[in-house]
Amino acid sequence: MKMLLTGARIIDPAQNIDSRMDIFLENGKIAKVGVNLSKSSKSKDSDKTTKIIDLTGMILVPGLIDMHTHLREPGYEYKETIASGSAAAVAGGFTSIACMPNTNPINDNRSITEFIRRKAAEAALANVYPVGAISTDSAGLKLTEFWDLKEAGIVALSDDGQPVMNAALMRRAMEYASSLQLPVISHCEDTNLSADGLMNEGYYSTILGLHGIPGVAEEVMIARDILIAEFTGTPVHIAHVSTAGSVRLIRDAKKRGLKVTAETAPHYFTLTDEALQSYDTNFKINPPLRSKQDVVAIKEGLADGTIDVIACDHAPHGRTDKEVEFEYAANGISGLETSLGLSLNLISNKIINWPELIAKMSLNPARILNLTKGTLETGADADITVIDPQVKWTVDVQAFRSRGKNSPFHGRKMQGKAILTIVGGEIKYDDR
Amino acid sequence: MKFERKDILGIKELSVDEINFILETAESFLEVSTRKIKKVPTLRGKTIINLFYEASTRTRTSFEIAGKRLSADTINISSSTSSVVKGETLIDTARNLEAMNPDVIVIRHSASGAPHLLAALVKQSIINAGDGAHEHPTQALLDMMTIKEHKGKIAGLKVAIIGDIEHSRVARSNIYGLSKMGANVVLAGPATMMPRNIEQMGVKVFNKTEEAIEDADVIMMLRIQLERQKQSIFPSLREYSQHYCLNRNNIKTAKKDVIVMHPGPINRGVEISPDIADDPSFSVILDQVNKGVAVRMALLYLLTGGSE
Repeated sequence: MKMLLTGARIIDPAQNIDSRMDIFLENGKIAKVGVNLSKSSKSKDSDKTTKIIDLTGMILVPGLIDMHTHLREPGYEYKETIASGSAAAVAGGFTSIACMPNTNPINDNRSITEFIRRKAAEAALANVYPVGAISTDSAGLKLTEFWDLKEAGIVALSDDGQPVMNAALMRRAMEYASSLQLPVISHCEDTNLSADGLMNEGYYSTILGLHGIPGVAEEVMIARDILIAEFTGTPVHIAHVSTAGSVRLIRDAKKRGLKVTAETAPHYFTLTDEALQSYDTNFKINPPLRSKQDVVAIKEGLADGTIDVIACDHAPHGRTDKEVEFEYAANGISGLETSLGLSLNLISNKIINWPELIAKMSLNPARILNLTKGTLETGADADITVIDPQVKWTVDVQAFRSRGKNSPFHGRKMQGKAILTIVGGEIKYDDR
Repeated sequence: MKFERKDILGIKELSVDEINFILETAESFLEVSTRKIKKVPTLRGKTIINLFYEASTRTRTSFEIAGKRLSADTINISSSTSSVVKGETLIDTARNLEAMNPDVIVIRHSASGAPHLLAALVKQSIINAGDGAHEHPTQALLDMMTIKEHKGKIAGLKVAIIGDIEHSRVARSNIYGLSKMGANVVLAGPATMMPRNIEQMGVKVFNKTEEAIEDADVIMMLRIQLERQKQSIFPSLREYSQHYCLNRNNIKTAKKDVIVMHPGPINRGVEISPDIADDPSFSVILDQVNKGVAVRMALLYLLTGGSE
C-alpha cells in the first residue's frame, strides 16, 4: 500500500519542519518527506497503485496523541466501548490514545490489559495504549505487578480518579516504575480537601450553594509528588493541571531540573466556573472548571512550556449519569471530538504557534509514554493527521462517534478540524 | 403591575419592583388568616403539589395552609413515601406529576439547583422551597415582610446575620433580598462557616458576634446543624454557644429597638438563649412564621395568574 500526500503544509516539531512539502507512505511507514515528490519520485517510488491525495491548503502533522482518555470498557459499555472511543479518536484527529484503568474491573492485571488490547485490535481504528493501575483495585494499598502489566502492553501507571493518598506508596510506585521505564501519571487531588466537593471553591460555589473543591486540594498533591520525584530522582507526569498554583509549582520544579511533565485539558483553558450558573451537569468535571485567573495561568503555562501536553481527559457518560441533580451527576466531558477544535483557538489567540501546539498534542505525549511516534521521520509509523485550518463547523453531540454525548460545547462554533486521519498507513477517518 | 414570572427559583433573579409587588400582595392576604372562616375561593380548582425531598415541618405546613386558605387542592409528597425510594429520578417524577396537570409544584430538595432542573423541564410553575445551600426565596420574602412591618422600611437598616453562612440558603436569599432593598448586611461566624469570597455579594464579614451586631436594627440568627461538628467546622456546641450565642449580654451593643429573627427550628441555648427567643420586646420569630403563610399565598396567587 503506497500513498502520496501532496501540497500540504507539513509541520513536524521533531525535525523542525514547517513548510509546504509532499509525503510518501509505504507499507505503513513514512518513506519520504520532501519537495515535489509527486514529480521526482514518479519514476521510482510511486507507481500505478499509489494513492495520490492533493492536500493543498491543509496542514499535515504527525498523528495526534491523547494520553488521557477513559474508554469505559470493560464494565461501562453504555458510556463508551473501546470501538466507539477509537472511532471518536480518529474523528477527532487522534491516531493514538492512552486509556485510564478505572474500568470495572480496574485494569490492575494483565488479563484486563490484554482484553483492552484485543478489543482495540478488533476495532482497528486508533492505536490504544492501556494505562495500568498503580495499586490493586486502585485502592491505594498494594502495588500491582508492574512488570507483568508492562509485558501485557501498558505504557504508564496511574490510579487516576482514585489518587494515591499514601505518600509512601506513591514513593514506592515511582521508584519501582522507574526501574522499568514506566511513567507514573499522578491525578493530583487530596481527597480529604476535596471531599464532597462539586465545583471550584470560590465566588460561584458560594452563590450557587455547591460545596467547593479548593485549588489547594490539587496543589498540595502536586507539591508532594514533585518532592517525592526530587527525592527519588524519578520522573512524574502531572495529569489535568487546572490551577494557577499548580502551574507555578510545576514551573519551579522544571527550573530546578526535575523530571516533571504536565498536561492540561482544553476545557481548563476555555471555560471558567462562571459557566456553572445554569447548574448544567455537562460542566461538572474533576478537577473542576476554575476561575478566570486560573485560565490565564494555564495559558501562560502552555506558552512558556511549563505544560507539555494537551490531553482532553475524555470522560464519556450515559444520559442517566448526567440527567440528574447536579450533586448526583457524574464528572466528565466527552472530549475527543472537540479537543483539537478548542486547542486551535490557542493559535488564533496567539498563545502558542502551530509547531508548539503539534508538539503538545503529538511529540510530547509520545516522548512521555516512550512511544516511537509523534514524528514524520523516515521509517516512523505512518500515523498522520491532516487538519483543515479554515473549515467552520458547529459542535453537535448527536453527531459524535463517542457514545458519550456529554459535552458543554454542544452548539459551539469552531474553526479548524481534522479531515483525514491515517493510522499505520491506512485511512481511518476521511471527512474531505 | 403584572407578574410575568413562571417560577420563583431565587431572590437573585427578582427585581426590587417584583419584591415590593409580592410583599404588597402578601399584605392583602394577611387578613384572610385572621377571619373566622379562613378561606377565600381565589384558587378553587387549582392543584398544588408540595414535593419535599427533605424533612420540613414549618415550610411544608405553611405552603399547605397557604394553598388551602386559597381553596386550592394541595397534595403533599415527601421522599419517604414517593417513588424516590424505588429509585425513580427527579426528572421522571417531574414528568409524571406534570402529566397529572397540577398548576404549581413546590419543591424542597437537599441538592442545590434541583428546582432549576425541574423548572426547565415542566410547564408548571415551580416554587423553590429551599434547595441545598443555595436559596430559600419564600423565607427571605417573609423575613423582609416581617422587617418592613416592624421597622416601616428596609432601606438603610443594618441587618446582622450570625452563624453558619456556608450551609445556609436562608442567608444567601436574605443577602440578595435585603441588599437589593437597600439594607446594610453584615455577617458573623467563625471563618469555617464563611463561604469563600462571600464579600463579593456586597456584605461585610466579622468573626465576632459583638462586632457584627453593633448598632444593628435587625439580628438574624441561623440554626447550627449539630452534624456539622463531625466535619470539624466547629469543635463543640459548648464553645460555639460561648462565643456566638445571642444573649442578654451581647445584645446590648445592638440598637435598643433591635428585632431578633430566626428561620427555625431553634437550638435553644446554642445560637440563641431562651430568654431572648421568648422575649417579645426583641423576638419576632413567631411573627415570621405568621407572615410565611401570607407570602406563600401571594406567590401561589401571582403564579396562577392573579394580579392586582
